[in-house]
Amino acid sequence: MERFARLLDALVFTPARLGKLRLMQDYFASAGDPERGWALAALTGEIAFAAVKPMQIRALALERLDEELFALSYDFVGDLAETVALAWPQRPAQGAVPALAAIVAALTATTREDAGSLLERWLDLLDPTGRWALLKLVTGALRVGVSARLAKTALAEQWRVPLDEIEQVWHGLAPPYEPLFSWLEGRAPRPDTAGRPTFTPLMLAQPIEDEELARLDPAAYRAEWKWDGIRVQLVARGGRRLYSRTGDDVGPAFPEITAALPEDAVLDGELLVVRQGAVAPFNDLQQRLNRKTATPKMLRDFPAWVRLYDIIEEAGEDLRALPFDARRARLEAWYRRAPRPLFDLSPLLPFSDWDELGRLRDGARERGIEGIMLKRGDSPYLTGRPKGPWFKWKRAALAVDAVLMYAQRGHGKRSSFYSDYTFGVWREGELVPVGKAYFGFTDDELRMLDRWIRAHTIERFGPVRAVEPALVLEIAFDSVHRSTRHKSGLAMRFPRIHRIRWDKPAAEADTVEALTPLVT
Amino acid sequence: MAIDWLKVTPRGLYCEPGDFFIDPASAVERAVITHGHGDHARPGNAHVLATAETIAIMRRRMGETAGGTLDAAAYGETRTLGGVSVRLVPAGHILGSAQAVLEHDGARVVISGDYKRRADPTCPPFEPVPCDVFITEATFGLPVFRHPPDGEEIERLLHSVKLYPERCHLVGVYALGKCQRVLMLLRRAGYLDPVYLHGALIGLVELYQSLGVAMGEVRPVAGVSRDDLRGKIVMAPPSGDADAWARRLPDPVVAFASGWMRVRQRAKQRGVELPLVISDHADWDELLQTIADCAPGEIWVTHGAEEALVRQATLSGYRARALAVPGFEAEEE
Repeated sequence: MERFARLLDALVFTPARLGKLRLMQDYFASAGDPERGWALAALTGEIAFAAVKPMQIRALALERLDEELFALSYDFVGDLAETVALAWPQRPAQGAVPALAAIVAALTATTREDAGSLLERWLDLLDPTGRWALLKLVTGALRVGVSARLAKTALAEQWRVPLDEIEQVWHGLAPPYEPLFSWLEGRAPRPDTAGRPTFTPLMLAQPIEDEELARLDPAAYRAEWKWDGIRVQLVARGGRRLYSRTGDDVGPAFPEITAALPEDAVLDGELLVVRQGAVAPFNDLQQRLNRKTATPKMLRDFPAWVRLYDIIEEAGEDLRALPFDARRARLEAWYRRAPRPLFDLSPLLPFSDWDELGRLRDGARERGIEGIMLKRGDSPYLTGRPKGPWFKWKRAALAVDAVLMYAQRGHGKRSSFYSDYTFGVWREGELVPVGKAYFGFTDDELRMLDRWIRAHTIERFGPVRAVEPALVLEIAFDSVHRSTRHKSGLAMRFPRIHRIRWDKPAAEADTVEALTPLVT
Repeated sequence: MAIDWLKVTPRGLYCEPGDFFIDPASAVERAVITHGHGDHARPGNAHVLATAETIAIMRRRMGETAGGTLDAAAYGETRTLGGVSVRLVPAGHILGSAQAVLEHDGARVVISGDYKRRADPTCPPFEPVPCDVFITEATFGLPVFRHPPDGEEIERLLHSVKLYPERCHLVGVYALGKCQRVLMLLRRAGYLDPVYLHGALIGLVELYQSLGVAMGEVRPVAGVSRDDLRGKIVMAPPSGDADAWARRLPDPVVAFASGWMRVRQRAKQRGVELPLVISDHADWDELLQTIADCAPGEIWVTHGAEEALVRQATLSGYRARALAVPGFEAEEE
């Protein structure tokens, strides 16, 4: 447990991705089984303990600490696990500091009534960092800035295995992942996950610009709309799963989709919110993302739908080597074979040359369309982002002139620079924030922005500075939606800094009224 | 026992029969200064009573404006000001730091100033004085503040220096007290390389050296090339623009030595990668220990987390109250 606690502690304080990877790689390479497997499960969010609730931890602390002192401490620290870890009045306890695996085993086997006394003993045995890590672990909220993807990347880098291969076996495995580590260390063959609902890394498209497109043969490509939802993989093979592009299982948040999944197929599609056949704004879909479950109200208000692009496997037959045209025929046949509620096919768009397709693209004002996908008719389904077979041809971006309002320090190499910018537009003489951007500028521009921000700061809140409303940024974005998160009631998709308008007076920047007609 | 000869005024804690202030918030006729930090020692007082070290620090920081007449008292020496006897007793906070022990009308009041109880190689240790009223600081007056042994924190710093030979370590320290203590702790832990200093730290380090505190070889960081700083320790005062200044350093690991570093969110907010919990203030256990040692009839709590310390003192059976003294800063910044 002490090593795991030190790892978590170091991860919290290491802002850079490379630093976090180095810490995890060191740990996974040197911590033994099953300890490291449980650590991996904790970092990837694969374990949860129903037996321990935050209320219970509070109650434990209050048995030893005056309630008022506890409240004052909690107020100052702002985090329950850390407050209890630091303020815990330690008493001598018998026994050795428990191993992570022993803690997991004991908590899994215990009841809610007995969990309290287990925790109490461990809290007495551990030091403050160990107590903090224990409480983070049992409440299931590590918050150390590590995604499941990053933890798996550490494995891939440490043992020089493609990340995709780890993603492929991942969902066929369970903690503490001893077969996985044996394989990575070359002591065993790759874990056999046949017949399990594992993830197959998706085939992704390259962006393309008009000039490049002109050199391609239109007859070799098929066109589809690029739908503005989230790309998913639907798996029904020894279990039903709905995976995001990075292989996270988002199924529990979309129970109606997993329930409607047909037997024995692996499909590729776009997850959308659709009402009466019309795609709802991305913002509606966002209401249902990043959640563990969906309430009946959410199922009703934000009905999910999948628009299918491709078929990867049918009745155990791997179709990835077939050309796109053949897979499309299989997909259509599969779709016709039975009623498929909550699914439809992404239509193919007929066209004879790029100009015609371009007019089609620019004329599409239907909501939920970001542009056009181009796929070679003879392309097999290849993992990753190969150059050539698939392209995304996005609609020209929209742009507004906004005013810089707040700046925040970046991470890693940018940690000494103010590199995250919140900008706003005018509403009745007042600036209201409409978005945040942290790319689109060169290193030189970053240095100039940083210098400007330091010289024009009017207030500081921790790592954030409020600046004088005097610098105009031309912001490019893909679309703008209604949002309750921003004071302006608007939120942008993919905002980036297009140009820094050192020349333009802030008073001439755009207004909310100018942005409103662009809302989709 | 009710003490009516000591009161809080807009200019600070005032002793009426002696006609003097303790650590006044603005210039007064007569001041007793507990130590040289800026929120306790301010310029322009006509008469100042303090330890010789505190006076030297004030002269270095303020020059001519350190005060009209500067009366240096040795620890334990008694002065009488208008029928009030005043004695300065070591507080263990920084070089020259003192508690003010006042006696009048058969009652004894101890004003702690800032203090800590653990050993500090740069100054003599805190001496508890039994008293009727103990006026204490409470910077870290919450049970979440328990400082680990400073040796452990220095070991973590040295371990990190070994782990990243290609980077430099930028240690944020307060210019007065913390800087010199950390330097001495490094030397005691066997670190003998030169330590590089931000220009703002050099004056006080020289002053400490001239007062007999040996801290090994220090060099100004200005003019040293980026590559020559790899694997080295650089010290700088904590300031809002330290990060811009730090760009000249080779990929620095940002460390900060302060009691506030105990709370992760605080450390993260400042962009600290290596928090070092080294404080010149008493932690929660030290505050409670000191109250027990002084066994006062009454406790007045000045700056910091007054509420929590008053609560704990009351639970332990003391009469305690919070005292809002103007001018003291709860944060050590």
